[in-house]
Amino acid sequence: MTKTTLTVNQQRYELNLLPWVSLLDALREHLKLTGTKKGCDHGQCGACTIICDGKRIISCLTLAVMKNDSEITTIEGIAGGESLHPIQQAFIDHDAFQCGYCTPGQICSAVGMLQEGHAHTREEVQELMSGNLCRCGANIGIIDAIMQVKDGGNHE
Amino acid sequence: MNNFEFKQATDTRDAIDLINHLPEAAFVAGGTNIIDLWKYNLTNPSSLVDINHLHENAEISILENGNIRLGAAVKNADTAYHPLIAQKYPLLSKAILAGASAQIRNMASNGGNLLQRTRCYYFYDPDVPCNKRKPGSGCPAKDGYNRMHAILGTSEACIAVFPSDMCIALAALEATVNVSGPNGDRNIPFSQFHRLPGDRPDLDNTLDDGEIITSIDLPEEGFADHYSYLKLRDRHSYAFALVSVATALKLNGNMIESARIALGGVAHKPWRSVEAEEFLKDKEANAENFSAAADIILRDAKGFGYNDFKIELSKKAIIRNGLMALNPASQLPGAQPSA
Repeated sequence: MTKTTLTVNQQRYELNLLPWVSLLDALREHLKLTGTKKGCDHGQCGACTIICDGKRIISCLTLAVMKNDSEITTIEGIAGGESLHPIQQAFIDHDAFQCGYCTPGQICSAVGMLQEGHAHTREEVQELMSGNLCRCGANIGIIDAIMQVKDGGNHE
Repeated sequence: MNNFEFKQATDTRDAIDLINHLPEAAFVAGGTNIIDLWKYNLTNPSSLVDINHLHENAEISILENGNIRLGAAVKNADTAYHPLIAQKYPLLSKAILAGASAQIRNMASNGGNLLQRTRCYYFYDPDVPCNKRKPGSGCPAKDGYNRMHAILGTSEACIAVFPSDMCIALAALEATVNVSGPNGDRNIPFSQFHRLPGDRPDLDNTLDDGEIITSIDLPEEGFADHYSYLKLRDRHSYAFALVSVATALKLNGNMIESARIALGGVAHKPWRSVEAEEFLKDKEANAENFSAAADIILRDAKGFGYNDFKIELSKKAIIRNGLMALNPASQLPGAQPSA
C-alpha cells in the first residue's frame, strides 16, 4: 500500500492505495465520485477525462500513486455550488448530449481546453476536442455549446 | 495484468540505479503507452520506476552552441506550445499536435514518445503469434489484414510500423537523442535511434538495457520558413497515420537549397531517403520534382495486399506536402491536407 494524498474538488483525501490502482478507479471506487466514467479503460474514448493540476488528462491511463499531492477537478467539482458552470448550461442549451455517458468527460475536457487557451477558431476547438468520442453523435451540439461560452460567443 | 511495485526516482542517477537493480523493472513517465500495454497483459513489469520527478530533464533550454535541448520529461503539449519550439521549429510543433489527443499530449513525455510500441493489431492480440511480442512465433500480419502495415524496410519477420508523429519531425530535423546508463552517457543520431525489424523485430530501437533517455537536442536549423506536416488517416483526428510526411525546405527564390523529407506510418522507423533529398538540391520546388523525389523514396516500396494503396498514397502525400511547405500558413489543424 502506498499512501497517496489527493485534493479532489478542493477536498483533501489521504488514501492507502495499491500501486496499480488507476486514478479513475481511485476516484470511482475509493472516493465514490462516480461522475467520472469508465468507457474503454484504454485511453481511446476520453470518458474518464479529469483536470489534474490545471491540465486535462485521462484518468484511466494514470496511476493514482503517480498523482500524489495533485489537485484534481472532476465533473462533481465543475459547477459553482448550485449554479451550473457556463459550459454545463451551454450543453443543455445546445442538446449537447443524448445518452450522457461521455458528457462528464466532454465537459471536463471543454473546461480544460478553455483554460489551456490554445483553441481560437471552431476548427481548432474541433481538433482539440477530438480526444472525447460521442457515440450518440452529439458532436455538433458539443462544439456549438463550447463556442457559445468561448469568448462569450462573440468570436464568429 | 500483474501486480507490481512502485518506486519514485529522485534523479537520473537514482533512476538508472533502480532500473538496473530491480528485476523486470520498467520506467513510467506519462504512462499513456506502458499502462495500456500492461492492461492488455503485453508487458509484465515487476516494478514501475516513476521518472516524472527528474527535474534535470524537465526543461526546454538553449545550449551554448545555439541548439535547443528538449528535456525527456517535458510533456508533448508543453513542447509543442513552447514559444521557442512554435517559432523556431514549427514543423515539430505541428507534428506533435497531429498526434494522439489533447489529453494524451498533456500526459505523454518526450522520451516516452520515442519509446512507444507499434499499434499493429497482431502485436496487441496475445492469442496470435507475433515475432515482436514473442520472437520466433511468426507474423500473421504479412498474410493477414495488413491495411495499417509497412511498405518500406520490412523483413520476413515483421511488417509493423512505428506510430509516432513527433519522431517523424525529429527525424527530418536531424535531432540527437541523449541517453545515460550504467556505462555513462552517449548521444545517438536520430536516424540511428529506431531500427528496422530485420530478424530482431522485438528490438524497436538501439537503446541498451538499463539506459534512460535524458533529453533530445535540436540543431540550430529549424526550417521555420518552409515546412509542412501532413497526416492522412481514417478519421480527421485522434487516429494513427496511414501515411504522414514531414517536409522541410531551404529555398532561394523558388529553388531548393536543401530538403528534408521524412515519412511516418510506412516503416518500422521514421523513413528518410538521402538520395531523394540530394536529388531535390538546386531543383525548382514544384510538383514535378517532388514527384520524382517520391519515386526515389518509394522505389523499393512493397505492399502486402490490404496496404498496397499506401504506395500511391505516399507518393501523392509527398507531392502535396512539398507544395504545402511552400505556404506553411495554409496548414490546417490536425495536419489535414491543404493547399
